[in-house]
Amino acid sequence: MSAARHVAVIGAGPAGLSAAHAALAAGARVTLVDSAEQPGGQYHRMLPAAYAAEHPERLHHDWPAFERRRRRVLAHPRCTWMPDSAVWMLEPPAPEPAGPPRVHLLCGGPADGSGRARRTLDADAVVLAVGAHDRVLPFPGWDLPGVFTAGAAQALAKGERVVVGDRVVVAGTGPFLLPVAASLLEAGSRVLEVLEAAGPATLARGWGRRPWELVPHTGKAGELAGYVALLARHRVRYRLGRTVVEARGEGRVEEVVTARLRPDWSVVPGSARTVPVDAVCVGHGFSPQLELPLAAGCVLRGEVAGGPPGAFVRVDDDQRTSVPGVFAAGEITGIAGAPAARAEGAVAGWAAAGGDPAARPLRALRRSRDAGRAFAERLARAHPVGAAWSGWLRAETVVCRCEGTDYGALCAAVTDRAGSAARVTKLTTRAGLGPCQGRVCGPTVAELTARLAGAPPDGEPHEGLPPAGPHRRPVAQPIRLGELAAPSAPTDERESSHE
Amino acid sequence: MNGTRAVVLGAGILGAACARELALAGLEVTVLDRGGAAAATTAHGEGNILLSDKGPGAELELARLSRRLWPEVLARVADRSAAGARAARAAEWDAKGGIVVATTRPGAEALTAFAAAQRGAGVRADALTGRELLSAEPFVTPDHTAAFHYPEDAQVQPAGAAAALLADALAAGATLRTGWEVLSGIVRRGRLAGVRTVRGEVMADVFVNAAGPWAGTLSARLGAPIGVSPRRGDVLVTTPLPPTVFHKVYDADYVGAVGSSEEELQTSAVVESTRAGSVLIGSSRRRAGFDDRLRPEALSAVAAKALRLFPSLAGVPVMRAYGGFRPYVPDHLPVIGADPRLPGLWHAGGHEGAGIGLSVGTGRLLRELVLGEPTALDATPFRVDRPAVLGDPEESRPATTGRQKEGA
Ligand SMILES: Cc1cc2nc3c(=O)[nH]c(=O)nc-3n(C[C@H](O)[C@H](O)[C@H](O)COP(=O)(O)OP(=O)(O)OC[C@H]3O[C@@H](n4cnc5c(N)ncnc54)[C@H](O)[C@@H]3O)c2cc1C
Ligand SMILES: Cc1cc2nc3c(=O)[nH]c(=O)nc-3n(C[C@H](O)[C@H](O)[C@H](O)COP(=O)(O)OP(=O)(O)OC[C@H]3O[C@@H](n4cnc5c(N)ncnc54)[C@H](O)[C@@H]3O)c2cc1C
Repeated sequence: MSAARHVAVIGAGPAGLSAAHAALAAGARVTLVDSAEQPGGQYHRMLPAAYAAEHPERLHHDWPAFERRRRRVLAHPRCTWMPDSAVWMLEPPAPEPAGPPRVHLLCGGPADGSGRARRTLDADAVVLAVGAHDRVLPFPGWDLPGVFTAGAAQALAKGERVVVGDRVVVAGTGPFLLPVAASLLEAGSRVLEVLEAAGPATLARGWGRRPWELVPHTGKAGELAGYVALLARHRVRYRLGRTVVEARGEGRVEEVVTARLRPDWSVVPGSARTVPVDAVCVGHGFSPQLELPLAAGCVLRGEVAGGPPGAFVRVDDDQRTSVPGVFAAGEITGIAGAPAARAEGAVAGWAAAGGDPAARPLRALRRSRDAGRAFAERLARAHPVGAAWSGWLRAETVVCRCEGTDYGALCAAVTDRAGSAARVTKLTTRAGLGPCQGRVCGPTVAELTARLAGAPPDGEPHEGLPPAGPHRRPVAQPIRLGELAAPSAPTDERESSHE
Repeated sequence: MNGTRAVVLGAGILGAACARELALAGLEVTVLDRGGAAAATTAHGEGNILLSDKGPGAELELARLSRRLWPEVLARVADRSAAGARAARAAEWDAKGGIVVATTRPGAEALTAFAAAQRGAGVRADALTGRELLSAEPFVTPDHTAAFHYPEDAQVQPAGAAAALLADALAAGATLRTGWEVLSGIVRRGRLAGVRTVRGEVMADVFVNAAGPWAGTLSARLGAPIGVSPRRGDVLVTTPLPPTVFHKVYDADYVGAVGSSEEELQTSAVVESTRAGSVLIGSSRRRAGFDDRLRPEALSAVAAKALRLFPSLAGVPVMRAYGGFRPYVPDHLPVIGADPRLPGLWHAGGHEGAGIGLSVGTGRLLRELVLGEPTALDATPFRVDRPAVLGDPEESRPATTGRQKEGA
């Protein structure tokens, strides 16, 4: 195996781990990189302790498989595992001919540690599996203490067993709200209600007439049923077509205003209701982490019709992106949960390693990947973000929390003839320029500006100046000046650990 | 000049400054841009307005004129209306002053001599003792060998400044058309009489090429090519910090620097903080066409330079980097004036790393030239008809030194 292909896998979540596994099986040499200390990604990172207690059956069903895969991959003689290694930049070889980028890493510690070393990694193929993070739309009061993103609330509840509140409302859209509510209950919070913004008609249309055809493939049916039963046991109301449109309180959230929504998410007049709470958890779907795919030059695919805004990485049947040698898998190609991410990862890893396209096991993997894709599409259609949500905003509602930019300032900037180009409004309103670099508000601000401006104001992109997009972050992870100033070294495989 | 139609090609800060002057002079002005206003180079650089980096000569004179004009112009923009006042505020004018620091013996000597020459030309340049330097910039390196304070150095937020100039032009009657790419010229009786754009023809008496780093391409489309090409620069932005850098601080390395190949990567560091608390560090210089890739090694070199000035910034995270293309002319002087080959065509560009600072002076000069008025300063060094612009760029290496920074 002297000339084995070298595959770099970025992200060791369900998709990346499975890509590494498949690439090793296909005979490649693999370097698996994750900024976290442990593989597992969003999904497995929080499983063990929290789930062990309440759900032994799920633990036995899911966790051992993960454990096995993890051990097999990390202990494999052809695998180099690089934990605590953040990819801060991808450097494409040249505009022409395109190929896999040089991977620039910061190795040896968490982001707030000091003195991480700069390394470079050149591989024959790169699999991007960097996942997504949860999205939250702004509404008046969303910046009050006591308002959590659903993901953060779940992490607190599951990871640290924090009781986020004694009167909690969970609101937003998507099946993800259910496990969040479940985790809150398990950690000891009292959940008053779970509000799903999608109405029954939208849900029915999205899932289609025979949703059960899809569900078994993705292993979701039992899971969701379990959550519903759990909510019922705790007498948590689950309401459709209603959401939180405002949070109020002195210094922290004390009450929320909920309202019935039309399918476009405009508020039904007279339907507002005030609910005293001490915490509220909101989630409006997921934003894929597109900075690395964009840095590699990957073409994105458009929005799913009626689906959430924002695009995903375009991939073909082998999970190839538009850039030769670059593959994508997991939530950056569509949101469908961990099993779908695993299936995609396997196909990507096999193809990246140059594995036999006619191999038998690949057929089953493709099938389950296709089921995952179909699931993603239905999920997006059943839980669209209605365009009229901006009707909840007031002039003084903050849209960019890092910089404190409010909706009024955004409206003023966009409608100013001389300064309405996206790049210019960004510089004048500062929306998206703060420490999170638009990871939270980027898609929201892009959506609002596009709507306020009517037509795309920027015309053709300028030669050499990439269009201002909500996901373009060539510096994908913050890097300290001292780390940047130090020279970088090629990754030396012998130094890295084989766990 | 009532009834004279002028079309400004390009809505960057140079186009905005020219449009404003021409509109205020009563011309009927249209600004065309293929993209959005102020969104190209002008929104991809920094906003240093420097006298400190310029040795005696034509560019320094243009810089001094511009430095005088900036506060006046912004005050007039603000006086026009409430919207004008908002626009002027968004320019974020800040006359914070610059400090140039040498860190080697030869550097100190060169800087001292350079400052003396500048003083001779009317620039304020005050030598700082070690103690004065530390009280002005407490976090600067203890390893300094000389430092000068330039109280006239200032900064703006460049895209906001350009938008303010453009808004004033519009208020004075100019028209802005974005998404109008200019494809070719319409020449009648030897004169540029119109341009063809993706959206139709536009006829006028005066055309101003203000296409920034694309001025070379655009002029070629119009049949009168000039030697303006892109020179890439990258800027680092840190997360917001408590006040750490109080002036524009930069190293004196550039002083007397001559002759290194223009294609090679060159770096220098101008360190400054913005109103939002971030520190901006610029920048590199590279001739690589319109290659949009950020190069980690270029960023690394810029970071190293910055740390030489401010070692205590080593732990500060860079959260963003961006780059743009300076409009580069081999003799490092802008091109301002009529094109002798094609009547009706004027140029206002090629300011390389100083176009933000020099924009208002350039707009004023261009108006005076177009109207045939006496000019505020001698415009012949900027004429179109010179070897670096029309001839073989290899034969037109810089004649002056001390013009290696931008304003970065
Ligand atoms: C809070 C939360 C709860 C969820 N609960 C469920 C559930 O109950 N059931 C279910 O089916 N799904 C659930 N999901 C969805 C599930 O987690 C995802 O479908 C799955 O994790 C996606 O896998 P992935 O490999 O694409 O991405 P991820 O799991 O997100 O993995 C991406 C990995 O890439 C790494 N990474 C990212 N950027 C970089 C970089 N620049 N450098 C180095 N490494 C990087 C990250 O550290 C991470 O380990 C949940 C998601 C979240 C956020
Ligand atoms: C990294 C960096 C740092 C800098 N720092 C400073 C600094 O600190 N201080 C300073 O003074 N300067 C600085 N500069 C330089 C300054 O940014 C430029 O000199 C200035 O912005 C140039 O402005 P412009 O209007 O000529 O060009 P641009 O802003 O590029 O405007 C040209 C316009 O022409 C349009 N155009 C091009 N072709 C066509 C066509 N065919 N049809 C229609 N429209 C067309 C473009 O769309 C564009 O909008 C820096 C530059 C860089 C890259």
